[in-house]
Amino acid sequence: MTVVTLKIDDRDVSGRDDETILEIARENGIVIPTLCYLEGLSIAGACRLCLVEVKGTSKLLPACATRVSEGMEIHTNSERLTQYRRTIIEMLFAEGNHICSVCVSNGHCQLQDAAVALGVDHIGVPYLHPHRHVDASHELFGIDHNRCILCARCVRVCDEVEGAHTWDVGVRGIEARVVTDFSTPWGDSDTCTSCGKCVQVCPTGALFAKGKSAGEMTKQSEFVEYLVAMRGRRS
Amino acid sequence: MNKVRMATVWLDGCSGCHMSFLDIDERLLALADKIDLVYSPLVDYKEFPPDVDLTLVEGAVSSEEDLEKIQRVRQRTNLLIALGDCAVNGNVPSMRNAVGAQAVLERAYLEEGLLDRAIPQRGVPPLLPTVLPVHVVVPVDLFVPGCPPPADAIYYVLTQLLEGKEPDLSSMTRFGK
Amino acid sequence: MIEERPLFIPEQNIVLEHNGDIDPEVLEDYSKIEGFTALNHVLTEMTPPEVIDQVSRSGLRGRGGAGYPTGLKWQTVAKAPGTPKYIICNGDEGDPGAFMDRNVMEAYPFKVLEGMTIAAYAIGASQGFLYVRAEYPLAVQRLKNAIRQMEKHNLLGKNIAGTPFSFDVDVRLGAGAFVCGEETALIASIEGRRGNPRPRPPYPAERGLFGCPTLINNVETFANIAPLLRKGAEWFASIGTEKSKGTKVFALSGRIARAGLIEVPMGTTLREIVFDIGGGIPDGKAFKAVQTGGPSGGCIPSDYLDMPVDYESLLKLGSFMGSGGMIVMDETSCMVDVARYFMEFCMSESCGKCVPCRVGTAQMYQLLTKIVNGDATLNDLALLESLCDLVRNTSLCGLGQGAPNPVLSTLRYFRDEYIAHIVDKRCPAGVCPVHKREHQEVNA
Repeated sequence: MTVVTLKIDDRDVSGRDDETILEIARENGIVIPTLCYLEGLSIAGACRLCLVEVKGTSKLLPACATRVSEGMEIHTNSERLTQYRRTIIEMLFAEGNHICSVCVSNGHCQLQDAAVALGVDHIGVPYLHPHRHVDASHELFGIDHNRCILCARCVRVCDEVEGAHTWDVGVRGIEARVVTDFSTPWGDSDTCTSCGKCVQVCPTGALFAKGKSAGEMTKQSEFVEYLVAMRGRRS
Repeated sequence: MNKVRMATVWLDGCSGCHMSFLDIDERLLALADKIDLVYSPLVDYKEFPPDVDLTLVEGAVSSEEDLEKIQRVRQRTNLLIALGDCAVNGNVPSMRNAVGAQAVLERAYLEEGLLDRAIPQRGVPPLLPTVLPVHVVVPVDLFVPGCPPPADAIYYVLTQLLEGKEPDLSSMTRFGK
Repeated sequence: MIEERPLFIPEQNIVLEHNGDIDPEVLEDYSKIEGFTALNHVLTEMTPPEVIDQVSRSGLRGRGGAGYPTGLKWQTVAKAPGTPKYIICNGDEGDPGAFMDRNVMEAYPFKVLEGMTIAAYAIGASQGFLYVRAEYPLAVQRLKNAIRQMEKHNLLGKNIAGTPFSFDVDVRLGAGAFVCGEETALIASIEGRRGNPRPRPPYPAERGLFGCPTLINNVETFANIAPLLRKGAEWFASIGTEKSKGTKVFALSGRIARAGLIEVPMGTTLREIVFDIGGGIPDGKAFKAVQTGGPSGGCIPSDYLDMPVDYESLLKLGSFMGSGGMIVMDETSCMVDVARYFMEFCMSESCGKCVPCRVGTAQMYQLLTKIVNGDATLNDLALLESLCDLVRNTSLCGLGQGAPNPVLSTLRYFRDEYIAHIVDKRCPAGVCPVHKREHQEVNA
């Protein structure tokens, strides 16, 4: 491992060569939006919000999955990137049925926050109005697929931290959904330990604790980073 | 100085955005010096007049009546503002889109109906198959999200526009606020 | 009945040599046509670096589509730290209109395995996997049979041909997901996980199957190896163009008199392929375009019929070599409809992991449907183009990045057809729903 120096948004910064662009940006207070990334979980590279421009390549690279190297020059907030990020947020809104006003996570939602940060004040891509379900069969928790953005944080935390692997992704493409066990009702799951980690890491109101009303669901996901650090990180 | 000809329209919404507009409170008096309210559910004009400078639209487009109304409003308005989440993104009225209009009518009038247990056919406008945000139907010039948008946000938008400035709402309101 | 071919056939067979002469289920038959001579020679007289050097100097590039230099890939895996090393043969061919790898696996299973075994020796792998889609049962059966026979003859397994080199191969079946042709998704699938792609780097050469250095090559690439080493790098490099060496197998289909598999030197023109070999367009119809590269490829119009087919020139035209599907279209094909067909394919085959591909393909498919129905406006076209740009530049893997290509290339060469659907509410080829509507209105 060596220390490298690089430029992010014309600022000189330094880091270790086993760190990612996202980690170094955050250490230096440079904000790159993310939704699927969560400190302590494996990298998915799925939401594509953290794509950045790196000098020397025409490809946009995911900051969460790209290691830094000596002399790298990175731009994180060009007009082009902002436009892509806005459209990706709009796509997420259009893909599900996100009714913020009646959502348990209204005001504490990372999708909502990302929309505000990026100046998304309406959805320019056509709404898909899918027919999605709510699974309220679990004693303590529920999942409203209308609000799910398929970041798969629940899948990863359940597998990587809890070790239960109750959650996974079923079907594919626009029909893909997170599922419990073999796509059986959550409440019937033999593997679920009811630990609630999935609920806490969910960035939207898709996973919620029962008994919460609109805007009442706040989540704490910092435990993941802590747990993983305490157990000793596996690479 | 000529007063700005302003209108407000109420489509498929709960009127909460209009309530929030009224919550501007005493500042309404200051606005009244500069604005002529030429059409609104709050006043008694029956016809949407021509040559309106600015129209606030509350509510989503849910019925054939909404559709005709918003098209006429658009033709006669210079600056069209989608006010609140129903107008901006469909919000609660759009929750029926996942199941369709017929399922909603059946639940309301056949399964839960208290009187004649029949879906009304006369005197009510037919529902559109899909509830749509205003900008899907006609071009919208400015979006003011929120459920409802806070009175301060509405007041800010109006005063900025009256001063000929472009409002930046990002810190004042958002979807669901 | 297949028509008699003309006397002049500009085909050249490396992959498909001894076409049809041998029984693909009998090892001795393959041995008779110099089968395993390359393997024996390599194992007894060449060092791994020498093998890699031959492959590098031959100029062979990956036949799966992207055209990455094969020798360089081998070298990278050979040098990558970590053991064990794995080798994977990608037989998850899934492009619409593509059946090259299927034929190669069915007709030349020993040749594919010989190529894999040589590659394993070169990079230092002791275990290989043949990943074949389950929809190719005959290929699977013949490959398994070939593995058994090679094991019996000590051409696979422990101490191959009496040398210290050992190598085993197993067949793994794909379960019908196109995206598993993408190398990181394929690896996940072999590992027993959901076949989702992951960001690269790290590339499989560095961290692949079970986290170990892994070489993945396509079926046709491996099938080139034995002839290449038998006849030498110089011979191989003498065929083809400056940057694209050797031959390429194409599956000709669509509106063409003689559909089927062909193998031509790189640099053969489209005109030779479509008219000389393929016999041109049947029923006196006019040639309109040829689609190459499958769902990530594009449509090439008649203006470019004299262009030599190689990796670079196809890219320049907004298409893609791909694995070798070539779908010929005539005047009765609507290019918007073609674009919509491929978009539907990408939409249903998207794994759903990354947002631009999952949602973007569905959005673009919806817009294309609006266009063919005659319900679209020019605003919809503008939105379609901006989504193409977004999905191409932000998707996680090649499936999403390539998904806009059929739209972009038809917009580039046949924009007037889009405009006809949108503005005139008319389908020039007369196949889209908007045409039927127009017809009804005229009759009414």
